Amino acid sequence: MWSILTSSNFQWVLASTMTLGIASGMVGCLAYWKKQSLMSDALAHSALPGVIIGFLVIGEKNIIFLITGAAVSALVGAFFIQWIQSSTRITEDTAMGMVLSIFFGLGIMLLTIVNRSAGGNQSGLDSFIFGQAASMVKLDVFTMLILALVVITIIFIGFKEWKLFLFDPQHAKGLGLSLSMMNVIYTLILVTTIVIGIQAVGVILIAALLIIPSVSARYWTNSFHYMLILSALFGGLSGAFGTYLSAVGKGWPTGPFIVVVAAILFIFSLLFGKEKGLLITWFEQYLERKRIGTTKQTSTIGTKGVN
Amino acid sequence: MAKTVLKVTNLSASYRKNTVLDNVNFQIEEGSLTGIVGPNGAGKSTLIKTLLHLHPSLTGKIDFYGLPFKKAKRVIGYVPQRGSVDWDFPTNALDVVVMGLYGQIGWLKRPSRAHRKLAYEALEKMDMAPYADRQISQLSGGQQQRVFLARALVQDAEFYFMDEPLAGVDATTEKAIMAILKELKDEGKTVMVVHHDLQTVTDYFDHVLFLNRTVKEHGLTDSVFTKENIMKTYGGKMQRIVEGGSHVVHSN
Repeated sequence: MWSILTSSNFQWVLASTMTLGIASGMVGCLAYWKKQSLMSDALAHSALPGVIIGFLVIGEKNIIFLITGAAVSALVGAFFIQWIQSSTRITEDTAMGMVLSIFFGLGIMLLTIVNRSAGGNQSGLDSFIFGQAASMVKLDVFTMLILALVVITIIFIGFKEWKLFLFDPQHAKGLGLSLSMMNVIYTLILVTTIVIGIQAVGVILIAALLIIPSVSARYWTNSFHYMLILSALFGGLSGAFGTYLSAVGKGWPTGPFIVVVAAILFIFSLLFGKEKGLLITWFEQYLERKRIGTTKQTSTIGTKGVN
Repeated sequence: MAKTVLKVTNLSASYRKNTVLDNVNFQIEEGSLTGIVGPNGAGKSTLIKTLLHLHPSLTGKIDFYGLPFKKAKRVIGYVPQRGSVDWDFPTNALDVVVMGLYGQIGWLKRPSRAHRKLAYEALEKMDMAPYADRQISQLSGGQQQRVFLARALVQDAEFYFMDEPLAGVDATTEKAIMAILKELKDEGKTVMVVHHDLQTVTDYFDHVLFLNRTVKEHGLTDSVFTKENIMKTYGGKMQRIVEGGSHVVHSN
């Protein structure tokens, strides 16, 4: 079971999914405070048709073309969500629900057509739905690793700006920070994280890697700085452990394992987290009840003493 | 004659199809403390946001110190309504005040110890120093308002805009905030405040601007804060006005 760890190819895959997890954890933290967690899910599903079209255009599975296609298609999805809510009476959540399902349906339709065509079923495009880290070749691994590092760097150097932008955008604008520029950068790093992640984690579950780590991190800290670090840590752990577990079996999809690891970390945080975790909240209430109970008792005794 | 620091000519603004501001004209003198009053939906907040380019204007010209807003931005401080941000955001009081200095610190640079010290002093000024490390969601409404005020003070602006700084705060905070506003005025700074409580207008402000979609009256509080002007601004909604204008009762 441990033998796969010694394979150098696997070590690279593991390093890349871990870096992906770190990037997703950080971007997810931004999405959490932008109150756009669901947006990442909509964009991930919107990426599928782009992957297939990218494959159809060049006729082979070249990662650069596939993720370019995915990015274009996700951005088109983002544009539709924006456009629908700004120019119709349809609200954002409905717009996201529509775009998500329509793009995903379109993607599956194209995928079916490709798979039926000659040689198509050998394309391995199916792995983009639930992810297959084991199917990654060297170019895939390095593309993912480099782009994830770019995303991490962008968040790291602009830490102060991100905080201001998320907490009080109006104040940010007052100080001269361009909101439209920040929104563009935010969308770009979100889409980048999604498209580099879909091969390893899949379009359906990549959103979980963006959403769950930041929520878990929220249970441990009241500082944005530490929330970002913890979210990165939880994301990285989920990516690495999930990939490792899925590699134990032959042909096991990676995405579900990553999500399960992330979910275990979340349940642990929900129960034991020091900031409003269930256990600590219960314990604090218990102590408080006991304290008030004791005060009451003492006061009754005091009254009795007078009599 | 005091220097004119803000000149607004023929300003109008709207939300979609509803015009909220129409043909607004006024001038503000340096060192004045102006209360902006008017009924709900009169466009008070919109006026401030439009002046600060946080809301688009349809027509009109805005001059700060004879310059367009973009060039005067550095000397303008703004205290938004408390409800405009999510107070659950993971940060503490001191950090929020440091955000007021981000423009001076420079983009992509980290705040230094000196910046933190400045922010701490601003909190001290608002009697909030003991709460510097407190998570902002654990502050009371009045304390949150003081943190916002401290964030504006630390910018060391020349002209301050405040959107209902006294809404929903207790008497102590109201006194503390008004003391700071008077202090700013005494330092020669200009302050404009959206205000709701007509009973305190004469005590708090030397100038008053009556607004209801357009400027109904503007001038020294002593001369323009009259029954007629209140009626003119609030329309028939003001049912009972006790002589002297000191006991005004809102009917709705």
